[in-house]
Amino acid sequence: MKPRPFDYVRPDTVEEVLELLAEYGDDARVLAGGQSLLPMLNLRLLEPSLLIDISRLAALDTIHDRGDAIEIGAAVTQNKLMSWAPLQQKLPLVALALNHVGHFQTRNKGTVCGSIAHADPSAELPLVLALLGGEVVLQSRRGTFTLAAADFHQDMLTTARKADELVAAVRFPVVSRQGVAFQEVARRHGDFAIIAVAAVMQDAGQARVGVGGMAGRPLLREIKVERAAEAIGAWADELEGHEDLHASGALRRAIFKRLGPPVIAAASTAKVGGTA
Amino acid sequence: MRRVNRNERVRIALTLNGRRLSAEAEPRMLLSDFLRHGLGATGTHVGCEHGVCGSCTVLIDGVAQRSCLTLAVQAEGREVRTVESLAAPDGTLNPLQQAFRANHALQCGFCTPGILMSFTDYLARNPKPTIEQIRDVLSGHLCRCTGYAGIVAAIEEVAKR
Repeated sequence: MKPRPFDYVRPDTVEEVLELLAEYGDDARVLAGGQSLLPMLNLRLLEPSLLIDISRLAALDTIHDRGDAIEIGAAVTQNKLMSWAPLQQKLPLVALALNHVGHFQTRNKGTVCGSIAHADPSAELPLVLALLGGEVVLQSRRGTFTLAAADFHQDMLTTARKADELVAAVRFPVVSRQGVAFQEVARRHGDFAIIAVAAVMQDAGQARVGVGGMAGRPLLREIKVERAAEAIGAWADELEGHEDLHASGALRRAIFKRLGPPVIAAASTAKVGGTA
Repeated sequence: MRRVNRNERVRIALTLNGRRLSAEAEPRMLLSDFLRHGLGATGTHVGCEHGVCGSCTVLIDGVAQRSCLTLAVQAEGREVRTVESLAAPDGTLNPLQQAFRANHALQCGFCTPGILMSFTDYLARNPKPTIEQIRDVLSGHLCRCTGYAGIVAAIEEVAKR
């Protein structure tokens, strides 16, 4: 349960990070909070030759209100975002989801961007970023590119990030005038979800719904509130459901069918700008 | 730019419970092992080594985190607090520790140092937590002896003071 040997580097600037990524590519791993990376290293699921520690880079430790979106830098921890005063008002769905991300102790260190870059199929933050139509900001020596969250997260632990790119930030669109809701089923509160469902109202009768844990990445669909149970049932039946140690595909489909309709109902009755 | 190559042992200095200390480590050494084997501070316990059990929780710059999910070199120059810092030099337990004793919040004591450090951080931020908040923070720890009821009672007692 100890990592294999690796080189460690703690750059002083983002430029140095990008130089190292250009040089080492896939042999390097970016270390931000390390709450997913360190377990994988300890279990020897990963054997990078270089770890690039960005956790002390103040330039990446910023939450920036761009008006229509909130940009969160790569070194911002989940608890820092949780205690960001305007969160509830600007990103109520993110506020709901963060309660389910790991534990108090892991959120103290784990980063928002790290969770999205790690791309676990049942993780809460990738689901919410995809559902809200957010973006991922990728930086390399070649320049800065933004990708839609739906294009970034390709499959289980697989993203569109190129080997020389740093996930420098993510952008959550400000959604403050639509009802939102989030619920998940996990073995223990704070563990990875078996199934997570989030919803955001489009207009009075229609919700945009996202589900995590059913496939290698979050899945999205527009659903009419009055036909929610029927639509979720049909959607669940179309899906194989991700099979792993924690749950069979059949169990995941069954949970999704039970969890989906109440989440949609909660979003549709949530106060404007409020949460349920 | 700080760089340490694999198998290279470098001196890592940090502040442990108010004392400036250092020891040698290679990059892959976990902070949990560094505290125990490098600095001899064995109050921090190592359970699962992948961030699930919470036994190894310490404060780094006042913030509770898993020392098994932190490299020693990452804590370089930081202020680390462990369970050894809680009691007075003469061994008198602090209020949180006394409440654990009074409420049967521990049996074997293996998980206890981590739980004490988590709530040292949490109660400093939120001195009057609800029982739900206590349970939520406690969900980051595993205890196989107590069934958790005594731990919740101990923390509630401290919060009521």
